[in-house]
Amino acid sequence: MKQKTFVDDINRELYDFRYEEKDYFRVRSGLDRAVVEEISSEKNDPQWMHDFRLRSLEIYNRMPVQNWGPSIDGLDMDNIVTYVRPNTGMSAKWSDVPDEIKETFEKLGIPKAERQSLAGVGAQYDSELVYHNVRKEVEEQGVIYTDLESALHGPYQEMIRDHFMKLVPPTDHKFAALHGAVWSGGSFVYVPAGVKVEIPLQSYFRLNAKGAGQFEHTLIIVDEGADLHFIEGCSAPKYNVANLHAGCVELYVRKNAKLRYSTIENWSKNMYNLNTKRALVAEGGSMEWVSGSFGSHVSCLYPMTILEGEEASMNFTGITFAGEGQDLDTGVKVVHNAPHTTSSIGTRSISKSGGVSTFRSSVQITARAKKARASVSCQSLMLDEISRSDTIPSMDIRTGDADIGHEARIGRISDEAVYYLRSRGLSEEDARAMIVTGFCESVSRELPLEYAVEMNNLIRLEMKGSIG
Amino acid sequence: MNETLLKISGLKADADGKEILHGIDLEIGPGEVHVLMGPNGAGKSTLGNALMGHPSYEITGGRILFGGKDITDESVEMRARDGLFLSFQSPVEIPGVTVADLIRTAAEALTGKRIFLADFRKRLYEKMDFLRMEREWAQREVNVGFSGGERKKAEILQLLMLEPSLAILDETDSGLDVDAVRTVSAGVEAFCSDGKKSLLIITHSARILEELKVDKTHVLVDGKIVDEGDAGLAASIIQDGFTRYEKA
Repeated sequence: MKQKTFVDDINRELYDFRYEEKDYFRVRSGLDRAVVEEISSEKNDPQWMHDFRLRSLEIYNRMPVQNWGPSIDGLDMDNIVTYVRPNTGMSAKWSDVPDEIKETFEKLGIPKAERQSLAGVGAQYDSELVYHNVRKEVEEQGVIYTDLESALHGPYQEMIRDHFMKLVPPTDHKFAALHGAVWSGGSFVYVPAGVKVEIPLQSYFRLNAKGAGQFEHTLIIVDEGADLHFIEGCSAPKYNVANLHAGCVELYVRKNAKLRYSTIENWSKNMYNLNTKRALVAEGGSMEWVSGSFGSHVSCLYPMTILEGEEASMNFTGITFAGEGQDLDTGVKVVHNAPHTTSSIGTRSISKSGGVSTFRSSVQITARAKKARASVSCQSLMLDEISRSDTIPSMDIRTGDADIGHEARIGRISDEAVYYLRSRGLSEEDARAMIVTGFCESVSRELPLEYAVEMNNLIRLEMKGSIG
Repeated sequence: MNETLLKISGLKADADGKEILHGIDLEIGPGEVHVLMGPNGAGKSTLGNALMGHPSYEITGGRILFGGKDITDESVEMRARDGLFLSFQSPVEIPGVTVADLIRTAAEALTGKRIFLADFRKRLYEKMDFLRMEREWAQREVNVGFSGGERKKAEILQLLMLEPSLAILDETDSGLDVDAVRTVSAGVEAFCSDGKKSLLIITHSARILEELKVDKTHVLVDGKIVDEGDAGLAASIIQDGFTRYEKA
């Protein structure tokens, strides 16, 4: 019996509260060399990073916006503030975090989660981390978990320089270039060889400022034979102007190492979420993604895994919930570039009230990847006549002995199932919510409990008033 | 019995614009066991679903009183909360929802009260032991991958857990092997053993009736009740079929 079924409904206010920006530092809106120079100098970048930002800006300026996927016409970079620093430094003591920011995260349950079940927490508010803490025993194992800015000036600066935007170069796409120019905040994690981090590390990203962008960079290196679970959560209050999130996640999974990366994203519905995530997995390494996408106005999110070493593996479990006014374009990319590599993709998507949910999968198996195995299974549920769900698979197989499976199903909530549950006393709304929750169960069971609870709350919330 | 639990009068019901039930009258008292028989296509399942409030069946005439209350226009879930239960002939799959989840959520919806997990689990296991169901069953997804017999057992488990005042069993015994029928029959018998719960059993076979004291048999042909009698009528129909009701 799972506890998660019985939690109370949450109020949308849980996410929608917001605070005034008092004495905050903001760059002016728009993007040009002066803005990038200002960010770089505010952040006290080393010279190479300063140069990297300017190069990225040049790339950004000459690259076209993608000509596929959802429209991002509502996003005007001239109106986006790329850097907003709350009026505080980063603190390792919760009591030192300014009250309004503390309240924000307390409402979102962050310090409580940390006390209960996390090895370390980073909390980013607008463009900067405001709180960062790692448990002593984890630190003593040699695990590094810090903000990227500190890492740039500390003993790991060479490691950062060797890995930063090497998996996702600024030339990857226009918003990767934008990220390279204005990135701020995010985390650096290094798990030394052989170290198993028993309980997860977590980063929470909160974008409070109106009309702003959040461009955090997460860089994780799990060294040989090590093991890590990293969780990220994202939320923002709703504004009537566009906000932008163009984060970047680069994950290096070394030989026989294991990384699980879980995300629950609940950006507000004025957010353009153009996020890039990529993992490189060495021999015998294992990469597991768990992803829940609920928020944002438009999302383009296609986590990619490159299986570079023999017997490397990737598993992706994801869910997307697109409601009114949402166009969520998500997917998974995997490249098999070594023999005996395996990948497994299982996703669920739900669309309702005119929401659009598109799932793209791309499986590439190179000539080197003898006996590779890949399976893709995606199921979609449309809750009404006006919603839309698309599945766009792509497979490029260059070896003769690969084992490939693909399955896609699109369906609706069965009237008979609703009737059945109502005959057991459930209201129509509760019956539908139960069916949808069940549909998502394969994803929620992969999430840490408090996130599974949050996800089921989000589903119940989304299902409110969905009868019509 | 001098009071009536269920009183159906002149009930007419349509499906897809076609009238299937042409004016049914039927009364069931508390603690009574009634059998509804009839050839295929007579409208037996339609009657069960019309009583439960299936949205695809439109009531075009007559009334349904349950516990003295007119439930003709009530929603499905309100009827369930009033104490009506339908054991489905082919219960649907609910992927991702466990049997235990379903039953606990239903019990809470029916009573409007929160049920503590420990109490719930204890009772659930008692009933499951009684029905000779493995305990891991509680964590299986509702009807997903269940055999016909398992589906029926899961229905009877719900019946025992939810304790309605009137249960309609729609061919709960059909398509089962001997052992499964025995288990299901034992469950049904346990359900009405306190002498207060009522049953309307739709069936073709004698086996489920063997251990029950049948108060009344109704015969439904072409959407009309054409005959009524005691337990003996059910026994003779099981032996001889419905030929006696065929139009000359």
